[in-house]
Amino acid sequence: MTAVPNAGDTPDLEALIAQWRSGLEQPSAVDPADADELEDHLRDQIADLTSAGLAPDEAFLIAVKRMGSVDSLSSEFAQEHPDRLWKRLALGPSGDERPSARSDFWTMIGFACAAALAVKAPAAFGVDLTDNARFYGRNAGLFALVPLAGYFVWHRGMPAARALRILAPALAGVAVVINAYPFEDGSDTETLAALHAPIALWLLVGVAYAGGGWRSDRKRMDYVRFTGEWFIYYVLIALGGGVLAGFTTGAFDVIGIDAEEFVTSWVLPCGAVGAVVVAAWLVEAKQSVVENMAPVLTKLFTPLFAAMLLAFLGAMVWTGRGIDFDRDVLVLFDLLLAVVLGLLLYATSARDPRAPHDAFDLLQFVLVVSALVANALVLAAMVGRISEFGFTPNRIAALGENVVLLVNLAWSARLHLGFWRGRLPFASLERWQTAYLPVYLIWATLVVVVFPPLFGFA
Amino acid sequence: MPKDLVAASATPLVLGILSEGENYGYAILKRVNQLSSGELEWTDGMLYPLLHRLERLGYAEAAWKVPSGSRARRRKYYRITESGRQALAEQRRQWTVITGALQDLWHEMSPPPSPALLKG
Repeated sequence: MTAVPNAGDTPDLEALIAQWRSGLEQPSAVDPADADELEDHLRDQIADLTSAGLAPDEAFLIAVKRMGSVDSLSSEFAQEHPDRLWKRLALGPSGDERPSARSDFWTMIGFACAAALAVKAPAAFGVDLTDNARFYGRNAGLFALVPLAGYFVWHRGMPAARALRILAPALAGVAVVINAYPFEDGSDTETLAALHAPIALWLLVGVAYAGGGWRSDRKRMDYVRFTGEWFIYYVLIALGGGVLAGFTTGAFDVIGIDAEEFVTSWVLPCGAVGAVVVAAWLVEAKQSVVENMAPVLTKLFTPLFAAMLLAFLGAMVWTGRGIDFDRDVLVLFDLLLAVVLGLLLYATSARDPRAPHDAFDLLQFVLVVSALVANALVLAAMVGRISEFGFTPNRIAALGENVVLLVNLAWSARLHLGFWRGRLPFASLERWQTAYLPVYLIWATLVVVVFPPLFGFA
Repeated sequence: MPKDLVAASATPLVLGILSEGENYGYAILKRVNQLSSGELEWTDGMLYPLLHRLERLGYAEAAWKVPSGSRARRRKYYRITESGRQALAEQRRQWTVITGALQDLWHEMSPPPSPALLKG
């Protein structure tokens, strides 16, 4: 190797430095600012060595050697900064964070406040929560998810024209249908619409989440991951909010002020819709810092649900008991299929598609097949007696849901088998799940838009 | 040079260098080299956790600056604080005791073997 005089920072050297730095920044106690400091040192050293006549790559090797091994550096930093090993969850933007993260924080606050204002706006016109529970029930999804869609349009820098063309008509359509339909008082179709509107809206938010690129498989899978993490954050925030509300009423009660009215009419509704945006922001801001929780829970519960289903099937065969039919059986099994699908989905979302099949894949297969068998038994028992029960909107909706989930799980089981035999790549399972997402949107939209007139708004 | 000795002397050395004026990591290391005529060999990277410790204890303050000139990289400069000066004075007192005691001892003993013989 000959010394190259005046060899500046060649691209090679840049690549070497970047590689060294990324090794340093791997989940460890060295944060980006420290890495800047160390990199500055390394570059000074390299500059001195090259001006003494060394080639850049030689200078790099010597400078890295003098710096000490990445492992010992990391452990030295970890001793000085043990807090960094606890992945940082703190809210406030710390001094070293990039300005974009800070402005995003304020965007989030803005949209969360907008959601809180929106949910309280009807009360200003005399439509308050206690007397108009039906109105708020129908519109809950809109109050919570339209600001979320707005946040993502803003956050992703989705062009306004595009957002207006795709999202706005869909969101407005849901709002019009839900509020303009002449629902009978306390009708089933109204309850169904109120339950299905958030599902449709959530999938529409996905369009904003993908920044318009919702046709891409990857973006869709990202949205599935986001949904799982968002749900966990939301539940945690809700738990904290419950504690806060409890203490608020309790503490004011001590000094003889009744705060319950304030808590139920202000803190709870505003908090519930605001937390939707806050949880989304947390998932976005912390996705690189915190281990994803949904896949972890999936790993934990897949064996437990599989065992439960097998025990259920075993008990049914062993005792020979028929299915004791009442109106909630189908709903229960719909929920069961949804949970099984969720377990399948989150295991899929966290799996390395290139890995060969393992014991956990087998477990999932067992889970899916046993859920299908249990569901098939329920359906078979129902088909024989369908005329007895008649076609109410609730029953048709439950049946439709069952079919939607059943088709997904049955095909998933088939793909699983193909993957297991080595005939199909794992990616085909992933693609099936992402390709199926619009089916949920279509079904939820059908229930919201078509069911009420079909059943005479009863 | 034994590791313990290097580690023990690192804090007074760095504080002493900072008491000469605001400075940054690479230059501090060069100054250590110069002061010890290259005998004190630190692993470069280990200086930074030490500097961060001094910062945490309040002995030094740090600020990111972009030095004038063509370079666009920012650099972290450290400056000694008042409590850092006090800590340095205390360390200096302790080290004077140790070096003084050793000096007296060396004085009564036979003259030291030359470094050249030791390295042989």
